[in-house]
Amino acid sequence: MSKYLELSAYEIVEKIKTHELIVEDYIASLNDRIRKMEEKIHAYITLTKELALKKAREIDKKIKKGKKVGRLCGVGIAIKDNMCTKGIKTTCASHMLDFFIPPYDATVVKRIEDEDSIMIGKTNMDEFAMGSSTEHSYFGPTHNPWDLGRVPGGSSGGSAAAVASSMATLALGSDTGGSIRCPASFCSTVGLKPTYGLVSRYGLIAYANSLEQIGPITKDVRDCALLLSCIAGHDPLDSTSVDTPKKDYLDFLIDDVDGVKIGIPCEFFGEGTQEPVEKSVWNAISKLEELGAKYEEFSFESLHYALPAYYIIAMSESSSNLARYDGLRYGYRVPNKSYDWNTVFSKNRRLGFGFEVKRRIILGTFALSAGYYDEYYLKAQKIRTIIKRDFEKAYKKFDILIGPTLPVLPFKIGEKINDPLEMYMCDVDTVPANLTGLPSISIPCGFSKGLPIGLQIIAPPFREDLLVQVAFTYQKNSNYKVKTL
Amino acid sequence: MRKKSNIKEQKENVKLSPKNIKKIAWLARIKLQKKEIDLFTNQLNDILAYFAKIDEVNVENIPPAYHVLEIVNVLRKDEVKPSLEQTFQTVPQTKGRFVKAPKMT
Repeated sequence: MSKYLELSAYEIVEKIKTHELIVEDYIASLNDRIRKMEEKIHAYITLTKELALKKAREIDKKIKKGKKVGRLCGVGIAIKDNMCTKGIKTTCASHMLDFFIPPYDATVVKRIEDEDSIMIGKTNMDEFAMGSSTEHSYFGPTHNPWDLGRVPGGSSGGSAAAVASSMATLALGSDTGGSIRCPASFCSTVGLKPTYGLVSRYGLIAYANSLEQIGPITKDVRDCALLLSCIAGHDPLDSTSVDTPKKDYLDFLIDDVDGVKIGIPCEFFGEGTQEPVEKSVWNAISKLEELGAKYEEFSFESLHYALPAYYIIAMSESSSNLARYDGLRYGYRVPNKSYDWNTVFSKNRRLGFGFEVKRRIILGTFALSAGYYDEYYLKAQKIRTIIKRDFEKAYKKFDILIGPTLPVLPFKIGEKINDPLEMYMCDVDTVPANLTGLPSISIPCGFSKGLPIGLQIIAPPFREDLLVQVAFTYQKNSNYKVKTL
Repeated sequence: MRKKSNIKEQKENVKLSPKNIKKIAWLARIKLQKKEIDLFTNQLNDILAYFAKIDEVNVENIPPAYHVLEIVNVLRKDEVKPSLEQTFQTVPQTKGRFVKAPKMT
């Protein structure tokens, strides 16, 4: 493997700017790496090799002429296939959209392009981002680079696997109930879900609007801060995007947790938490204590209800969101010409959607139906208020909350696919941050028998700076270093 | 569909029959096949049984949180801006400049 592929995005930008590295060579070596590894891992749905090389040559020219270049100058980035890319197929890993070519770019795609990054390809995911393993893809599962027989997590599994196997230097994912943090944890990468409203969702194909955010999946915390700085910020095209002062998160790479108050909700180590996960996370907490942070365990009872409340809300929103796929203006359409409207729609949707999508649409439709709305959807939204208030209470006492990203180690491909409820249980520790809109990061904190474990840190709204600082301090001082294959 | 008397007792009893599932799927315009209905019946009932957990929570006087942010209506100036370039590339079936729709019944 070319030595450049092991470098972080930050290092690559430095080398490119100082003429030490030619962008075309680096992109060509990424393409070579993909040629060797993709067959085993299947991180991508669409590759944009030629386009990437063309862009690389353009950037090389720009540098040669001494023109100003962006903060992600030349860096090869993988984009989850639910973010619209103008002129490039965007499938959402669904048969419904397998030939969909968007006529516009998502705001995040524009922003990273403006910073001179180079798109390597569109990554595999659970269909419409519904899943925790990337097995629910119409194009087949992605394999975990650390153990090819296991899942990479999901739903942004392709993005995390691409970064972990050096088939991309950076990646973008989206997180509705843990879809950035879960694969980041399973693939030993860094993944951050920003505060709801920090990053524009314009051009992100919607699954559950009130819960989802786009965020970085990277090799280390510095890259995470760099990419977040590039994509964060108000966008008039997303009415839920918040106009907050712009921050450069690289300013918060500060090796200091002295006096930081950490809250540990006991519920994060509930039933079903595997022992090696618990052990690694506690080791990390001890490390932070050694570095000057203080921690206290406390009971956060409403967290018990986060998972059912999350799934009721997510399914309800998805049933409404996915109503747009009728197969007329875009999407899959049955060829027969003689059917009537209802038959065409319902056939398009039966054949176009996979099992998990159908399950969620059906349950969501049920939860929103007359007579059940109050007891499911409305009640779940009220529980959301309770959980939000409990977090607010917790942050009066603590600066951050810490727990495992997932209760379990990466599981085998096929292990949970036939038991949807068991699959949902994987999200138990990640969904609270989505219900409340809070920023949350997953960083590698160890391995058990060769399988990665992730540490999750949750901060108050718009305190990504604090996440970066604590994560950076841990990364810098732990024996464990972020590694990629 | 049912009376709102004792919610807790009722929710625990919520069980969808294959017929219910077929009907709900149809409301969502998904025509399920028999084998899908059979597969979903158990799976969806398992999930609903798990959802019943929320009955333990007292939500009296708690407002719903439809959004985590204080959402305000965002308006822009009423100025003409270029709209998205219309493309027929995404349309599966067309006739001339038109999107071809199924026949009315």
